[in-house]
Amino acid sequence: MDASLPAHMRPERSFQGFILALQRFWAEQGCVILQPYDMEMGAGTFHPATTLRALGPKPWNAAYVQPSRRPKDGRYGENPNRMQHYYQFQVIMKPSPPNLQDLYLKSLAAIGIDSAVHDIRFVEDDWESPTLGAWGLGWECWCDGMEVSQFTYFQQVAGVECAPVAGELTYGLERLAMYVQGVDRVYDLNFNGRDGDAKVTYGDVFLQAEREYSKHNFEIADTTMLFEQFKMAEAACRKYLDAGWKDSKREAHLMALPAYDQCIKASHVFNLLDARGVISVTERQSYILRVRELAKACGEAWIHTEAGGAA
Amino acid sequence: MPDLLLELFSEEIPARMQAKAADDLRRMVTDKLVAEGLVYEGAKAFSTPRRLALTVHGIPARQPDLKTERRGPKMGAPDAAVQGFLKATGLTSLDEAKIQRDPKGDFYIALIEKPGRDAIDVLAEILPVIIRTFPWPKSMRWGARSGKPGSLSWVRPLHAITATFGPETEEPDIVKFSVDGIETGQTTYGHRFMAPAPISVRRFEDYEAKLKAAKVILDPQARKDIIFADAKELTFAQGFELVEDQVLLDEVSGLVEWPVVMMGSFEPEYLSIPEEVIRATIRNNQKCFVVRDAKTGKLTNKFVLTANIEATDGGKTIVAGNERVIRPRLSDAKFFYEADLKTRLEDRLPKFEQIVFHEKLGTQAARIKRIERLAAEIAPMVGADVAKATRAAHLAKADLLTEVVGEFPEVQGLMGKYYALAQGEDASVAAACEEHYKPQGPADRVPTDPVSVAVALADKIDTLVGFWAIDEKPTGSKDPYALRRAALGVIRLLVENGVRLNLTKLFDRHYDTVLESIAERLRSAGRTFGVGMGSLDLLSFFADRLKVQLREQGARHDLVDAVFALGGQDDLLMIVRRVEALGKFLETDDGKNLLAGIKRASNILGIEEKKDKRSFDGAPDAALYGLDEEKALAKAIGEVKAEASAAVAKEDFAAAMSAMAKLRPPVDAFFDKVRVNDDDAKVRENRLKLLNEIRSATRAVADFSKIQD
Repeated sequence: MDASLPAHMRPERSFQGFILALQRFWAEQGCVILQPYDMEMGAGTFHPATTLRALGPKPWNAAYVQPSRRPKDGRYGENPNRMQHYYQFQVIMKPSPPNLQDLYLKSLAAIGIDSAVHDIRFVEDDWESPTLGAWGLGWECWCDGMEVSQFTYFQQVAGVECAPVAGELTYGLERLAMYVQGVDRVYDLNFNGRDGDAKVTYGDVFLQAEREYSKHNFEIADTTMLFEQFKMAEAACRKYLDAGWKDSKREAHLMALPAYDQCIKASHVFNLLDARGVISVTERQSYILRVRELAKACGEAWIHTEAGGAA
Repeated sequence: MPDLLLELFSEEIPARMQAKAADDLRRMVTDKLVAEGLVYEGAKAFSTPRRLALTVHGIPARQPDLKTERRGPKMGAPDAAVQGFLKATGLTSLDEAKIQRDPKGDFYIALIEKPGRDAIDVLAEILPVIIRTFPWPKSMRWGARSGKPGSLSWVRPLHAITATFGPETEEPDIVKFSVDGIETGQTTYGHRFMAPAPISVRRFEDYEAKLKAAKVILDPQARKDIIFADAKELTFAQGFELVEDQVLLDEVSGLVEWPVVMMGSFEPEYLSIPEEVIRATIRNNQKCFVVRDAKTGKLTNKFVLTANIEATDGGKTIVAGNERVIRPRLSDAKFFYEADLKTRLEDRLPKFEQIVFHEKLGTQAARIKRIERLAAEIAPMVGADVAKATRAAHLAKADLLTEVVGEFPEVQGLMGKYYALAQGEDASVAAACEEHYKPQGPADRVPTDPVSVAVALADKIDTLVGFWAIDEKPTGSKDPYALRRAALGVIRLLVENGVRLNLTKLFDRHYDTVLESIAERLRSAGRTFGVGMGSLDLLSFFADRLKVQLREQGARHDLVDAVFALGGQDDLLMIVRRVEALGKFLETDDGKNLLAGIKRASNILGIEEKKDKRSFDGAPDAALYGLDEEKALAKAIGEVKAEASAAVAKEDFAAAMSAMAKLRPPVDAFFDKVRVNDDDAKVRENRLKLLNEIRSATRAVADFSKIQD
């Protein structure tokens, strides 16, 4: 931890200081620090900087905060740590560096978790995303019995084998910050690190939104519109993918990213429909499959783009 | 003789894979050594979260020289054959070959000597192959090399390989090889946090000792012993008792290299949650042990955690951290439990209409209806109250929809019992909610309460008949719906409770119920299929299961075939009793000799039937008996048949076997004195018919031809 920081910027006092400390740490490791992707998504992995950039031969090191929307996890602001909107901090390094575990442990030190007094463990957790057609092996990282991060070596993303393999780290920011700030309720987190009247809590920023979106997600969200949006996003994705091939040889693709946006869209719309309880168990599987097909087609297109590594 | 030390140092290996991996490593290396003619004295393998290690001691320094002889062409053979022989054996001329004489002529013999190689060279050749082909249940690629084809797959990234070879008294050599860019050496690393510096090791003894100094206990058993002893001592010192948990101990010992056991506590108010739920919460999520009060035997508000570090603050932060994690977990569990209690089990059932049990077998709701109906049908046969069995079947699955079971699937059934008792259900009904899943495996207890037995049978038979109806039977090693286990459960429920039941009828009737229940589903799926094929096939599946069961108990499974071959056998209890009586009988001299006699009769009949291309059915003609032994045998057959059949009718199989025993003297005497293949064709035919009668008489108890000698 940087001792020169003013008190209100220290990661154990301030949620924003906490995020900045992580960003700074990973910037120093050579990552590009991106800003959140401007679309609703269920996890930081959906960000094209992870999903698509994990594919192809080109090196890629990036870190970013991504708001994660999980409509079903809303609790109207009444649960101390469950929310339909929270932050993930995502790191992706391709190829995975040989010292990625050490870098991860150093990043914990940077946010105030000292490995001499804490019990830090790597516990088996194989990661799989059925909607992304992705899987990898790794761990959940434990600090004193609490899961604080996911650590994954991607083996396949969007149905494409990763070559080389990328290492992915996902930090649950609120949970970690609660731990280092020593609070039991997420809304009590000190957001800006100030005291007294100047203090802004996580609740000040997000509680209203949690209440409103919980009502929206569970009770009001317009299902007719959402069903329609799903179909439209699916069709658009396919259309852009088809139109994106440079020529009939289908060797170069020019529009993987706009098509992938529609895949992200379809996935989030599905999550909303799921929260509304209008998708039956059997249909659920087929929706997941439909999103996966889109993701795979986007992955296939991406590896035919210039950034995706096509010659 | 020299020893091998091998260590594969990697990122954290999943706990559940470590023991098997260590064993695989030992087996693969030693098998290969032996195959290479290097017979070793001993081998032992170890694992920690970050390493697999193997020591093999007493390996010969060199392979023995191999001398083989190879026979070549005859003297004077064409030149092409001679050249081929020279080429294949490496001889420069025939002068180097020996000549050997045998009855077919004089042959050239080449003596080929293959000198043994140094063991270290053999090791350098076999070890990389073993590493590349190591059977991890799941493995992965990593790093820059994963961009190219053929890169190494390992369970998690592999960082270093230590491989040394040498005798005790000398500095060992490094077994030189490299795998995917990792060169072997003699450098390993200590504990990730307490002693991360590189350590140079020579051989197993200093390796293990240096690791220990670097805060790594190499032997998983030693780690287990430490955790177990410390946990017991820690709890005992405070008047508590550790709730022992071997599976958890195995797992925890695979999560640490340097176990440090500590105790934490939670708020006593959470003790109002059922103990099993507290235990599941703490065990599954936190990998901690629970603790009971030594006096009352009840859980206390303590838990035992195993850290992987001697923290500089004495562990205060770690204990506090774990307590902070456990608290909200228990708070959730308590909330779930209390919320569950607010809804009656039956009120949850409508939701099952939406939950598909199996695509072709319909919803859980449909399945519950079938089980209710079947349980009511079975109840009188097992002495259960029909109303209670129906009620129990109605409620038994409802806990699947509770929050607690959603969170901890392993307490399914058990929570059903708690919730049933809490809403004032009859004790048998509540017990059946838990016990109807039993027995889950060969070691599991079989319920005895008649209501539980009825529902447990109904649950399993519905599963079996259902999957048979849609033709989803187990094949080979594939049994995704655990149908073998279900059939074994039915067998144990019936036999261990002494329940008589005609399975064929029950299967047939339930088959109709299933078809009726899924008819709509199948019609809409556009499928049609034949009706009434189910029960026969299912019964033979039970026969197979019974054989497996008896074989595992060390009993003779061929006797099951001998009884099933009689046909019409579908009462498992009677089948088992008959098999037992038959087994006992066959252990007596009378039994053995009678079996031999019957087999002899069958063999003769078989040969003669083939010769004459006819069978010898039908009653023999008494007028054609010429010898006393014939008459005596005919008389004995008549008596024994009647006696054995009467005993079987009374289900007294021991008596039936005793009756059979009476056949032995006349059968023996017959074969002793009577020549079956008489010159007179009529006498011969009659004697063969008499032999056939022996066979048919013994079918009163079993088909002896199916019994193995």
